Amino acid sequence: MTDRSMRGQVAIVGIGETTYYKRGQSPDAEFKLGLGAILKACDDAGMDPREIDGFASYSNDRNDPPRLAAALGIPELRFSNMQWGGGGGGGSGAVGNAASAVASGYADCVVVFRALAQGQFGRFGQGPQVSRIQGRTAFTAPYGLMSPAQNFAMRVNRLFHDHHVAPETLKAVSLAAYHHAQQNPRAVMHGRPLSPEDYDNSRWIVEPFRLFDCCQENDGAAALILVPAERAKDFKQDPAYILGVATGVPERAAATVHNAPDYATSNFKTVAPHMWSMAKMGPEDVQVAQIYENFTGGVVMSIIEHGLCSYEEANEFISYENLVAPGGTMPLLTSGGNLAECYMHGLELQIEAIRQIRGQSPNQVPDVDVSLVASGPMVEPVSDLLLGSEATV
Amino acid sequence: MTSTQEAYLPSGMPAPAPAVDGLDAPYWEGADNDTLMIQQCNACGRHLWGPEWVCHECHSFDLNWIEVEPRGRIYSWERVWHPVHPALKDGCPYMVVLVELPHAGNVRMVGNLLGNATDPLDMGAEVEAVFEHHRDADPPYTLVQWQRVED
Repeated sequence: MTDRSMRGQVAIVGIGETTYYKRGQSPDAEFKLGLGAILKACDDAGMDPREIDGFASYSNDRNDPPRLAAALGIPELRFSNMQWGGGGGGGSGAVGNAASAVASGYADCVVVFRALAQGQFGRFGQGPQVSRIQGRTAFTAPYGLMSPAQNFAMRVNRLFHDHHVAPETLKAVSLAAYHHAQQNPRAVMHGRPLSPEDYDNSRWIVEPFRLFDCCQENDGAAALILVPAERAKDFKQDPAYILGVATGVPERAAATVHNAPDYATSNFKTVAPHMWSMAKMGPEDVQVAQIYENFTGGVVMSIIEHGLCSYEEANEFISYENLVAPGGTMPLLTSGGNLAECYMHGLELQIEAIRQIRGQSPNQVPDVDVSLVASGPMVEPVSDLLLGSEATV
Repeated sequence: MTSTQEAYLPSGMPAPAPAVDGLDAPYWEGADNDTLMIQQCNACGRHLWGPEWVCHECHSFDLNWIEVEPRGRIYSWERVWHPVHPALKDGCPYMVVLVELPHAGNVRMVGNLLGNATDPLDMGAEVEAVFEHHRDADPPYTLVQWQRVED
């Protein structure tokens, strides 16, 4: 670990989201969705969009910064950045990349964004629709191991075996996310409550995942605006400061054909310690957590690998009662998350973590100073972000 | 049974082909001939899987293909109920298994477990390879499937 640090040097001052739609139902093109979210973030901050001089995204977002800058009439583009790999695991990494540009003087006002229109483009949850397949997937897809859910289910079954974690922990994560979405009018699953019986009666997708263990697929866009800490109070909202950020994976996590040495992992074991170290904080400081749910089993692993509880404590700690705001020990996914708010490829989680710092969450936890986002689980790389109120810096 | 012409999954699945860069050709040739081939580093002896150009242990490019005994044990499994490919519409449930080879550095391979997909399966269960030949495909190919070892 190092003394070099971005702690407290960068603030997030604007957040913006489009309406969130079910997959394929956006009336707008993907690029227009992205523009809309960026302009909403500027409006939220009270900022002229022409102040933006950089963009960062992840997961090969199709809407490239030079085109965005041209569309928005931005006078000078200085930073154009893509986090490589990891799908939604790049969300906090993109914030980290933007923050490092701001902290270093490489750029002054950087937007992190993600836009998705899966009607206009392809779906995530389908197998490859080709007749012949080469390379690493030639060793998996012909056996019917093709979709994200299928790619992660075996890790979770191994977790159950290695650490005696119970399947009820997955159910607790799902029920908490759906509970929170009922208080969130933006959530696609608002007005669609999920009972324990509904969960138990839902169909298997791939064991151990039932339907409600799997994230949605959605259309929409989200954006955040980062500026140097010395400008944090020049805008309309209370700033959320970046305390710690980290990205990466453990040794050979991306070894092909499921050969990662440590298999039953969310891949946060080496990443979270760097975030805690930069933040000079630990899991005991976290008041609310947004942990990316591609599938609930990865959330359970992430909770443990961030030290929020141990393997031995997991079956007791990861309960519906502990995960719901405002009274739970560790309120989780307080907007509904990927499961029940919107699969905005996880960037809605950063936005919700910021709302908790501002006191604007639909499921507000009292007096939040420290708010955690974990992006990824079980992908390569994953990334972590710890946000703090002004009191923490 | 060590080889079969009968496919576990319905027809119409994506068919594997050797990579155009030639990296994995010996594996597919071996499977066509009922042998299980993996890589081993000539410099340090490390077993390697999936196919790679360099040894992750010693960084030697001098990698060899060796035949290994087609037996292993279940490292993990999943039972698939929701079809994500049109060919699988009437093919669910099916079992995907991750098989580790203890005699080859515990490298792991993905395949299907032959038999009734709803039968329970224990971690660590002993399995042996079944070479599933698709001789009529163009070009032909072979999948490496697994079945329980009967005591």
